[in-house]
Amino acid sequence: MSKAVLSNPNSTPIVNPKSRVKTGKKLWKLFVETFSVLATLGIFGIPFYFVIINAFKNSQESSLLNMDWPSSFHLIENMKEVISARDGMIIRAFFNSVMITGISIVLLIILGAAAGYVLQRKVTKATPFFNFLILAGLIIPPAVVPTIWVLQEIGLFKTMPGIVFVEVALNLPFTILLYRGFMVTIPKSLDEAALMDGCGRFRLFINIILPLLKPVSATVIVLTAVSVYNDFVNPLYFFPGAENATLQLTLYNFMSMYITKWNLLFTNVLLISIPPLILFIIFNKKIVAGMTAGSIK
Amino acid sequence: MNKLANKTYTYYFLLPAGIVYFVFFLLPTIMSLFFSMTWWTLTDWKFIGFENFVTFLTEPSLNIGFKNTLIYAVVTSGLKVIIGLLLGVFLSSKLKTVGFIRSMVFFPTLLSTIAVGIAFTMMMHPSQGIINIVLSGLGIVGPDWLGDTKIALLSVALVDVWKGIGMATVIFIAGIMSIPEDYYEALMMDGGNAWHKFKSIILPLSRPAMNTVIILSFIGGLRSFDLIWTMTKGGPGFSTDLIASIIYKQYQAGFFGLSTAGNVILFILVSALAFPLYAYLNKKEVDL
Repeated sequence: MSKAVLSNPNSTPIVNPKSRVKTGKKLWKLFVETFSVLATLGIFGIPFYFVIINAFKNSQESSLLNMDWPSSFHLIENMKEVISARDGMIIRAFFNSVMITGISIVLLIILGAAAGYVLQRKVTKATPFFNFLILAGLIIPPAVVPTIWVLQEIGLFKTMPGIVFVEVALNLPFTILLYRGFMVTIPKSLDEAALMDGCGRFRLFINIILPLLKPVSATVIVLTAVSVYNDFVNPLYFFPGAENATLQLTLYNFMSMYITKWNLLFTNVLLISIPPLILFIIFNKKIVAGMTAGSIK
Repeated sequence: MNKLANKTYTYYFLLPAGIVYFVFFLLPTIMSLFFSMTWWTLTDWKFIGFENFVTFLTEPSLNIGFKNTLIYAVVTSGLKVIIGLLLGVFLSSKLKTVGFIRSMVFFPTLLSTIAVGIAFTMMMHPSQGIINIVLSGLGIVGPDWLGDTKIALLSVALVDVWKGIGMATVIFIAGIMSIPEDYYEALMMDGGNAWHKFKSIILPLSRPAMNTVIILSFIGGLRSFDLIWTMTKGGPGFSTDLIASIIYKQYQAGFFGLSTAGNVILFILVSALAFPLYAYLNKKEVDL
């Protein structure tokens, strides 16, 4: 009814002007909502759809690079081919990526929490210096070849511990910032009470503080998972070699390998995007909160 | 208690993090200052002074990286600030579709740059790419997005914005959401409209969020590598080479000293722009 009112305003003597304004507003709102959804689908949905639909095609159809519906579905076939390519390269890459990401997360939680805890609790003349180091770590681009040189000197170049330590070092500043920020909410009186009860300083940290830091640790897990899993440039420099492939490096190499089989390339893109998608579905709110938490203060 | 506190909060807790940070980040950074002035093969080095820097700054195929890096950083961070702010305002409203749009806009942030780069390289194909096919349907002849030296850099910058806009947007949303309702109510009492609301409340009060977005995206832009390397490899010619991609090319070619000089130059450029920007933006915040 209300729509008719608006389309023919002259024939509505019964409706008072106020409710007509309301109807107009409602329609405007509906228009804005529809338009914004369509625009979002166009700008963000089409690329997703494009990749997914082409992963379903055979190589002939995908070579057209269009978004037509496939005449037959080959997703499973494509997946099999991608997974078995180069003697199951992608499986080894998956293993490497998961290991690097997992170990980096554990180390970052332990080292980051310990550092953030002390840096918040203890304010001394050295504090500005530590703040400067954290800021420097966030801003300065890492020096590539000298890092390779250091890794080589200590025998960690092209090894998993090597790439893990580099990832940890580069992600530490932001992690410490997150922990230090959260420590403010844990009252100091709690520490004092524990000390009175005869708790040692390491037990205080491990048994009392660390469990209270769980919310930040969850954020660190999600953020590190995203940044290390998706990292391309550090494995490219510090973890080269066929044996050492990570998922991102494999995808990059497949780009030149599948120059004529774009369906396989798209299948690979799709496969690699599944873990972030799962993470996104489970932790959507947490990720957004975590990413903004450290940065806005 | 103070003494006790000093003993409890011992700097020993910093040691593990400090060692890793020093060995794998700080030490290489310090060493880069030295190795940038050498002819270097990783096992052997010869001191050659500032020669690498001179080469980097005078060789046209190398110093083009400066101009490109600055353009790239300014374009990407500028667009992220403007679009992010508008999207942030829009997505802080109470429309029903906000949740869906927010998720769609944010999701690319989590995807790998390589995956995004591949998808867009295909979509930007001059004759077959979906973008130009849509444009030709509208009667527009689409450009060769990645093959034309004049626009290739901007094409990649646009993809960068597509991927990174979600981050900028959620920071703006967080900033706008933290503005107390009272301000809007007061404005409405005085008969302000939506534009006043934006200009006099949202814009000044989301300043901290804006500063964060500017700094993060500007530094990110200066350091960019992955996307340009996936989409153009610095080409056609050297038209999309960034400092970071030149560093990689020199490394691949075995010019380790030259590559490190590039790193030092990038380090100086980022610090020279980022630290003052940081100080300036923080000062402005206090003035408000």
